[in-house]
Amino acid sequence: MIIKCPYCGPRDVIEFTYQGDATRTRPNPASTDQDTWNAYVYDRSNPAKSHREFWLHGGGCRQHLVVTRDISTHIISSVVYARDYIHAGGK
Amino acid sequence: MADLQSPLGVTFIPGNHGNAAGGTGVTLQERKGISLVQVTAWNNTISTVLTAIGSATGVIIQNTPGSGRVAGEKSVFGFAPGRFMVVGATPDLEQRLRAAISTDLGTVIALTHGRTIFRISGEQVEWVLAKLFAIDFSEHAFPVGAGRATLHHDIHALIQRIDSQTFDIYVFRTFARSFWLTLGHAAEEVGYLVE
Repeated sequence: MIIKCPYCGPRDVIEFTYQGDATRTRPNPASTDQDTWNAYVYDRSNPAKSHREFWLHGGGCRQHLVVTRDISTHIISSVVYARDYIHAGGK
Repeated sequence: MADLQSPLGVTFIPGNHGNAAGGTGVTLQERKGISLVQVTAWNNTISTVLTAIGSATGVIIQNTPGSGRVAGEKSVFGFAPGRFMVVGATPDLEQRLRAAISTDLGTVIALTHGRTIFRISGEQVEWVLAKLFAIDFSEHAFPVGAGRATLHHDIHALIQRIDSQTFDIYVFRTFARSFWLTLGHAAEEVGYLVE
């Protein structure tokens, strides 16, 4: 799988580390609702379609990225810096 | 500061090696007497830091991914957003950069004693390096002056293109002897000269 890093350009997946589901929303840290925290930590939808994921380009520019990837085909439709994704409200 | 010793030791053997019938496909050198400084800008100071690097070194580069320039022994290249490697033959390079870049603008870290720089040049340079790194070394994808950060067997390395047939490779000093041997093995096929 080739991931097109916004800084380094196309690189082999061996340079990257998967860092988890980027679609989750962290609960309010003050929350003590165990169901909410359980869902945040453990529940995953695992859709057989386009999905947003955090990746770290540790073997290149060492930037955190958000990759939009179709899990069933591995086709990547978007790669952006995670900071830009977060500053845009996670959209 | 202690004098810098080569980490290559007995593995540095000047002369011709490898495929004698193939001529000299590449020439390998260890660059010595070079100062190496990493400059990191904050998110909102990148342009100012590049101007400061230019005033300290005389080498000005654009704020675009992987851009860089070579001017004789001096060179500057970016390898990550806001991160730049500044290279020169003058021992006071770090002091000049520190004078030009305050902590309001970014950070300055001397890496001279932490990295070893190998220069590889020759007609077969792209072929040899393609055996070691999974990036595109053709000149349209990796232009003169540009820098790249990548891996060699999961170990970080920086590469800058010096001219159409020459690259500098920056590796961790403790990894330098192993990488030097690997570089020699990769070049055996085309024949290589150690200078």
